[in-house]
Amino acid sequence: MIEWTTPARRPLLQQPVALVALAWLALVGLGAAMAPSLAPAGPLAADTTHGLLPPGPSEALGTDLLGRDILARLLWGGRWTLGMGLLALAVTVGLGLPAGMVAGTFGGRTEAVLMRLVDALLAFPGLLLAMAMVALMGPGVGSVAVAVGLAAAPAYARVARSAALEVRAQPYVDAAHAIGGSEWHILVRHVLPNAAAPLVAFAATQLGWVLLNGAALNFLGLGAPPGTPEWGAMLAEGRGYLRDAPWVSTFPGLALTLTVLAANLVGDGLQETLRPR
Amino acid sequence: MQLTPGDPAQALLAASGATPEQVAERRAQLGLDDPVPAQYARYLLDLARGDLGQSWLHGRLVSQMILEQLPPTATLSLAAVAVGVAVGLGLGILAAVRRGTWLDTVATTVAVLGLSTPTYWSGLLAILLFSLQLGWLPATGEGDLRHLVLPALVLGFALSGSIARLVRARVVEVMEEQFVLAARARGLPSWRVLFVHVLRAALAPALTVTALQFGFLLGGAVVTESVFARRGLGKLAVEAIIWRDLPVVRGVVVFGALAYVLVNLAADLAQAWLDPRLREELM
Repeated sequence: MIEWTTPARRPLLQQPVALVALAWLALVGLGAAMAPSLAPAGPLAADTTHGLLPPGPSEALGTDLLGRDILARLLWGGRWTLGMGLLALAVTVGLGLPAGMVAGTFGGRTEAVLMRLVDALLAFPGLLLAMAMVALMGPGVGSVAVAVGLAAAPAYARVARSAALEVRAQPYVDAAHAIGGSEWHILVRHVLPNAAAPLVAFAATQLGWVLLNGAALNFLGLGAPPGTPEWGAMLAEGRGYLRDAPWVSTFPGLALTLTVLAANLVGDGLQETLRPR
Repeated sequence: MQLTPGDPAQALLAASGATPEQVAERRAQLGLDDPVPAQYARYLLDLARGDLGQSWLHGRLVSQMILEQLPPTATLSLAAVAVGVAVGLGLGILAAVRRGTWLDTVATTVAVLGLSTPTYWSGLLAILLFSLQLGWLPATGEGDLRHLVLPALVLGFALSGSIARLVRARVVEVMEEQFVLAARARGLPSWRVLFVHVLRAALAPALTVTALQFGFLLGGAVVTESVFARRGLGKLAVEAIIWRDLPVVRGVVVFGALAYVLVNLAADLAQAWLDPRLREELM
């Protein structure tokens, strides 16, 4: 049986999968924000007499080698991982959005120069570019966030430009030109608001990318110093005793995967609402 | 690269207890006392001649170090591409032809899972299940083909996610075109319309899109090598970053970009060869 037609698109509120994903992101954000009251002992409270305890009634997700509670570390780690992701996303949007908008609205030589720069950066594989920038700035969570944010910016600039080009072809932009509106006025009052929807959708997808790759750099030991409850770094720490205490690595990995998945699903959901009929 | 905090010469020699004079001598040797623009100009000139410089740490040619580590990375990447394309095409076509049904939901869910699961997590899960629990395959290291299976599956699965989504979108697009409607109106059997008309039109562009994933593949290979403790470009790059051996980092990144551009050029040419309309445009 082959389906030859596409079902109608649905608004975000009628997409159960996207709503569940949004709820998960809210839950993780809330857990990170309330970590001090949910796990008052902090992520570093060690108790070596209770090392490598399996998940049970007192430690919901078990403990690591030093007897630190995995759930507490995950809650506090959400601050590191989400903080890194949001800082990276701010860098991506902060650079990509103005570059793409200006290129798409102004056109001409401005566009040519900006887009050649973007193309040159796009020639570098994303994670390798981020690694090179960490090498430049020196290891650390901050440099990892800035590096993956920078690596994701060229793709965002491309999407922002094509969104701006689409709006610029609309008759109301011609009308604004005709009554003497300046390019900047047109960019801020017409292009930006009308191009916002696809840009928000792509930002959600990019959040997934920066989380995945930022945590990858932490996993490789290029970011958070050892012992930091960042999820990628926690995953790496648990590798040594995978056989005896698999929960030390698997739970941070699960938290990370679900969060990246949620960001991608929210991006997909927003994308669907934008699909042309 | 030169604007970074910390003095590489000092970092490299500190461990061996060198005197300040020795550090200064090494700085002069590496050309680190020259003005930054002069250092950069020299690097570009060398690069144009195919010279990636020397490792600060080992004193060996960067190009030679890269060539040594290339075979394991290339093997892993090719195996992962085979897995990724096979799984991605299957899932993408399945989702497109059964769109809106539960099969579509399952296939697109698997695809987005592939896209979202870090290889450093799926790799550990695979080791846990297939090596530690079942004992079927070796967990880490390299040697025979059995060592390649898990890393290739893990990286291939990650790759298949994006391929499946692109193939699905492309096939859906073609299925709604006029010539497909015309073929169905002529009463051709469904499978014939699908295989002869839809897939042929949909898959040539899918090739280009797969080539664009090559950049992802290189990054993924770096991480996957680390998970499975394999030799390769990834290990080379990570160690170079930790030791601040900048010529090696720079070399791996430049090499990666070059390979990426060449693969995409090859894919464009292959597509021109497959699609007669493009062939005329290009020639």
